[in-house]
Amino acid sequence: MFGYFLERFRALVLSVLLIACFALPAFAGPFEDAVAKFANDEFSDTAEAIEAVASSGNPLAFPIISALQEERLSADPESKKVFITQADGKIIDAATGAVVDKLPDNAASVRLNNRLRRTVEAALGSLTLLSPDPAKRVAAAQSVFKSHDENALPVVEGALAKETDKAAKQAFTEARAAIILFKSDASDNDKLDAVAVIKARGDQEALALLTSAGSDQPPLVAQAITGAISSIQSNLAMWSAVQNAWYGLSLGSVLLLAAIGLAITFGVMGVINMAHGEMVMIGAYTTFVVQEVIRTRYPGLFDYSLLIAVPLAFLVAGGIGVAIERSIIRFLYGRPLETLLATWGLSLVLQQAVRTMFGPTNREVGNPSWMSGAFELGQITITYNRLWILCFTLAVFVILLAMLGYTALGLEMRAVTQNRRMAASMGIATSRVDALTFGLGSGIAGIAGVALSQIDNVSPNLGQSYIIDSFMVVVFGGVGNLWGTLVGAFTLGIANKFLEPVAGAVLGKIAILVLIILFIQKRPRGLFALKGRAVEA
Amino acid sequence: MSAHILTRSLDRAATAFILIVAAVGILVPLSNLLLPQGSFLQVPTYLVALWGKYVCYAILALSIDLIWGYCGILSLGHGAFFALGGYAMGMYLMRQIGSRGVYGNPILPDFMVFLNWDKLPWYWYGFDMFPFAALMVLVVPGLLAFCFGWLAFRSRVTGVYLSIITQAMTYALLLAFFRNDFGFGGNNGLTDFKDILGFNVQADGTRAALFALSCLALIIGFLICRAIVTSKLGKVLIAVRDAESRTRFLGYRVESYKLFVFTLSACMAGVAGALYVPQVGIINPSEFAPGNSIEAVIWVAVGGRGTLVGAALGAVVVNYAKTFFTSGPLAPYWLFMLGALFILVTLLLPKGIVGTFNSWWEPWRAQRVAAVESAAREDGISEPNSAEQAQ
Amino acid sequence: MITQLTHDIARLSRRGWLAAAAGLVLGLASSPFSPAKAADDTIKVGVLHSLSGTMAISETTLKDTILFLIDEQNKKGGVLGKKLEAVVVDPASNWPLFAEKARELITKDKVAVVFGCWTSVSRKSVLPVFKELNNILFYPVQYEGEESERNVFYTGAAPNQQAIPAVDYLMKDEKVKRWVLAGTDYVYPRTTNKILEAYLKSKGVKQEDIMINYTPFGHSDWQTIVADIKKFGSAGKKTAVVSTINGDANVPFYKELGNQGIKATDIPVVAFSVGEEELAGIDTKPLVGHLAAWNYFESIKTPANEKFIKDWQAYTKNPKRVTNDPMEAYYIGFNMWVKAVEKVKSTDPDKVIDALPGIEAPNLTGGVSKMLPNHHITKPVFIGEIKGNGQFDVVWKTPGLVAGDAWSKELEGSRDLIGDWVGKKCGNWNTKTNKCGGQGS
Repeated sequence: MFGYFLERFRALVLSVLLIACFALPAFAGPFEDAVAKFANDEFSDTAEAIEAVASSGNPLAFPIISALQEERLSADPESKKVFITQADGKIIDAATGAVVDKLPDNAASVRLNNRLRRTVEAALGSLTLLSPDPAKRVAAAQSVFKSHDENALPVVEGALAKETDKAAKQAFTEARAAIILFKSDASDNDKLDAVAVIKARGDQEALALLTSAGSDQPPLVAQAITGAISSIQSNLAMWSAVQNAWYGLSLGSVLLLAAIGLAITFGVMGVINMAHGEMVMIGAYTTFVVQEVIRTRYPGLFDYSLLIAVPLAFLVAGGIGVAIERSIIRFLYGRPLETLLATWGLSLVLQQAVRTMFGPTNREVGNPSWMSGAFELGQITITYNRLWILCFTLAVFVILLAMLGYTALGLEMRAVTQNRRMAASMGIATSRVDALTFGLGSGIAGIAGVALSQIDNVSPNLGQSYIIDSFMVVVFGGVGNLWGTLVGAFTLGIANKFLEPVAGAVLGKIAILVLIILFIQKRPRGLFALKGRAVEA
Repeated sequence: MSAHILTRSLDRAATAFILIVAAVGILVPLSNLLLPQGSFLQVPTYLVALWGKYVCYAILALSIDLIWGYCGILSLGHGAFFALGGYAMGMYLMRQIGSRGVYGNPILPDFMVFLNWDKLPWYWYGFDMFPFAALMVLVVPGLLAFCFGWLAFRSRVTGVYLSIITQAMTYALLLAFFRNDFGFGGNNGLTDFKDILGFNVQADGTRAALFALSCLALIIGFLICRAIVTSKLGKVLIAVRDAESRTRFLGYRVESYKLFVFTLSACMAGVAGALYVPQVGIINPSEFAPGNSIEAVIWVAVGGRGTLVGAALGAVVVNYAKTFFTSGPLAPYWLFMLGALFILVTLLLPKGIVGTFNSWWEPWRAQRVAAVESAAREDGISEPNSAEQAQ
Repeated sequence: MITQLTHDIARLSRRGWLAAAAGLVLGLASSPFSPAKAADDTIKVGVLHSLSGTMAISETTLKDTILFLIDEQNKKGGVLGKKLEAVVVDPASNWPLFAEKARELITKDKVAVVFGCWTSVSRKSVLPVFKELNNILFYPVQYEGEESERNVFYTGAAPNQQAIPAVDYLMKDEKVKRWVLAGTDYVYPRTTNKILEAYLKSKGVKQEDIMINYTPFGHSDWQTIVADIKKFGSAGKKTAVVSTINGDANVPFYKELGNQGIKATDIPVVAFSVGEEELAGIDTKPLVGHLAAWNYFESIKTPANEKFIKDWQAYTKNPKRVTNDPMEAYYIGFNMWVKAVEKVKSTDPDKVIDALPGIEAPNLTGGVSKMLPNHHITKPVFIGEIKGNGQFDVVWKTPGLVAGDAWSKELEGSRDLIGDWVGKKCGNWNTKTNKCGGQGS
């Protein structure tokens, strides 16, 4: 979108400039002086240059400032020449618009700090208020709303009058209200209207604006502001409960994802698999490897990296799981506590193996574009990665449930779990089913790793941080019951998130652990206990 | 009566164990103090501290074996009792520093001074007196175990559920002790000790004495465990381990037995922790880490679950291996060794070192005795030594 | 009864078991540790860093760094005509094991100096050992201060070499009026935040404009806290976050910040524990503009730094391997130790300890750092902004070198204390009472 716009804009600029070049002899005017300041490598000079360029009205102003924002503006400190590297790789002289062959050797990109970035945003805001793209206009209006720069008022009002897009119109109205609220010579009535508009917006930003506008206002306006602030605050307080619930769901989905594989190996098979966390870690590292290959070979596929990683992680972790079952765990059936020890040893080996192979430091796993960012729902921010993880978790859960309920393998698994000898007598190859069940549990842990790599460190310690929580979830929900795991995970997640604002993160977590301990006294077999004689075995 | 229990509980292995520990407890300090430095048999001071640590771990292993090996309670949170005992001792040692801390505050420990605490929290009162601290070493872990066990055993939480909630317990304590507001020094824990009972903790003599004391505690702990497992009480415990419901149906109050042995075991772990702290010089919340408790269970498994000698031996063997592998060229690979050790022991030596040794040794000895006896019968000569051996 | 016992003993001793057992035990105890051959042709250097466990993530690099520095020094002919030999041990992120390994290095391997430790607790754990056995520890990580020991040399930043300049920068340059002090709940963040709180209040910041938040180690669910920060930041005053969040928890924290759309231009985060190494695990594009305060950045262009980076990447055979601040602290510390040893022509710890204060060694950012009598060093302070490529862009630096304060001026308990191992021979000299030993009674 942006590129398209630039392209059209550039064509226009270039044609204008070509004419200008022929018409005028090259001389140093105020615009050229301003541009040259970019080459000084001093933040204060850069700030002046931005102001001057933005207010110059020169058609090159927009390309220069947007290049600055994207670190495409470079300057040669000796000749004081400044260049724009365009998106297509062409380089033009920022002062004249003339195309140059290549950057001088000592040209370095113009540096920014946060203060300058804000200046650039504000400058771009006023430069793009009239952009043909409605989304850009909205963004521009938002940045005016934040900066409430009085100079932008005429442009905003002009834009507002012409505006046809609904969202943009709303944004311009709010931006105008923000400016008027801070304008010292605006009438009380205008200000009161402005307060009403901002109050209707009702989010954190509006609150921030009203709070900072509160001082030295006429009494009537000040009163209205106080009223608006308290109304926004009570509205936000209500939303914060919704927000906690969402955070709880999101945390619950992470817990569920980490625990669901364990619910199979531990819950269904009764194997205490302390290496479960390492299966999650292996899944995360599989994602890392997939992304590395994609980065170096097929950069275009990056957005699909997770989709490729999911089946691979399932296969890798599942395969390792089957290998573990065949080589270690099958000798330990009926001795659950010994399995605990062997798998603990195994987890040490796997961790150190990954540390040796990939190094001890964190590995970078990127978020694909569809998992980055957030959207606003009412007054809460929902991040895409959390949302996708929630959906993904539920999908995994449903597929798993369906698999256990409706496939032959699922039937065999349940049969072997309930009565191994009877199942064997009916002709089920119990050892094959054992291996596959364990592989399934491990594989699911692997795909959990793919999802967790999006929100957590990918390091050899990844698995350890989830293993205790996973066991808590499974035990709390009731061993041998997938629904129990689901309810357990979401209960713990939501309880944790409602406790956190009250008690703090550490005490909240301690409280949850104590509650689990007490809960187990009340229901020694978890939330959803299996009934029947098998339990006492 | 007590003497009767004592002797009945001592078989040959137990006697040998006690004698070896006693010999170590006497010889190592003597060799350290009396022999000239650098002589072949002189044990350097750092090894005294190191082996002192092993002995403390052995006591912890013993306490775990008592409940796991003989009563079937797998606690994955026994490190918590160990650490609580250690903290009680650490608090005493902190108070002994007095005004020798870096800020020279006669009452407040350093970490409280620099986080601007103005007075000692109430739970630090009394820890300047050794008898009180020593009592707390037993009472604090014991009380926690009693309350925890009271709740858990009465509501019949068993098996893996119990294991997991003990883990939750130690994890919660870990998080709590990490909090600086809790008043135990947060992550840094308690350290930089100076004196114990007026003796400098870093002096060779003190280290030697602590080592001897740890060996003594190990022997006493061993004797107590031995007395319990060979008594009628012990038989009930084993019954609980093997068939809990059946034992209950026979009229035994299973939960009382479990509660007793669990609390006792926690007190033992507390003592181990208390002896551990002055020897290693630091107590910190990471002792509560669930991993530590699991590792302690593994010592027992390696040595031989259900054999008290094995538990102690396992603790020493695994920790010796850890010391050995974590230095030198093997350092980057020691986790492979340790992990492989756990896997191989569970797979190949399910009864642990001592259990496996017994299962080889017993038939062999029985066979040999039978052979000797038949030979003796043939010769018509009595052979006192072998006859004695056959007892 | 008793006769039975004596009988047993007699029987055992008859077979010489007792003697055998005792011999076995003593043999076992000392055999693998029998004092190493007195190798006079090398000088041994102890390396005490976790290679496994939770801290391996940070410490492994430092082990490699010291091996690299030793290698470089040996190429130059070693020290005093002898080669340096590294003795590497793995304390496995286990604090008592740190003390045990330190003891082993000094007693058994007879090292001349130890380079090691990352966390404060590991340093506290080995401290009594170094004091007792009188050896030297070089500690390369920024820490909370409040310590000056005869046997330890602190080449990382003290709070006044990192935290306070960073806050000054934000106050002056970004006009920040409202502060979130977010940290992991352990001693470094607690102390740093205490110092900063006192400092901010002395600059007229009100209590309601400071929010302090602590999280457990390895905290991974930052949704609530990031939302709280957002809320706190919308009170109409410019807000910044001062983060003392510990290494591991940073990745999820920054990911959540990026996803919830908190940009550096709105609420900048300045971190004291996030360097090039930590950023290597994150996609930094959403984080551009967030800040870090260190005494060194890889991106600083000096000939010394460029050579260091080139040699380091060649040594590790990894052209992407980054460098960071604790590595530079080792570079300075190691060179200081070499100079001190060459000055007194001996590796005897007492002589080296006395020689070290006053020794100067170039740092990698173009200055010359000096070891101070309080065993801290002088360093420049840089504020860097995160760039899209995982590096930092220096946006501000102190005009000269800042001397490290062992004792913070902002804290009540330590206001009057100084460390001076040259004149006063005391780490906690009270300037009010003119006595050694803290507040002095």
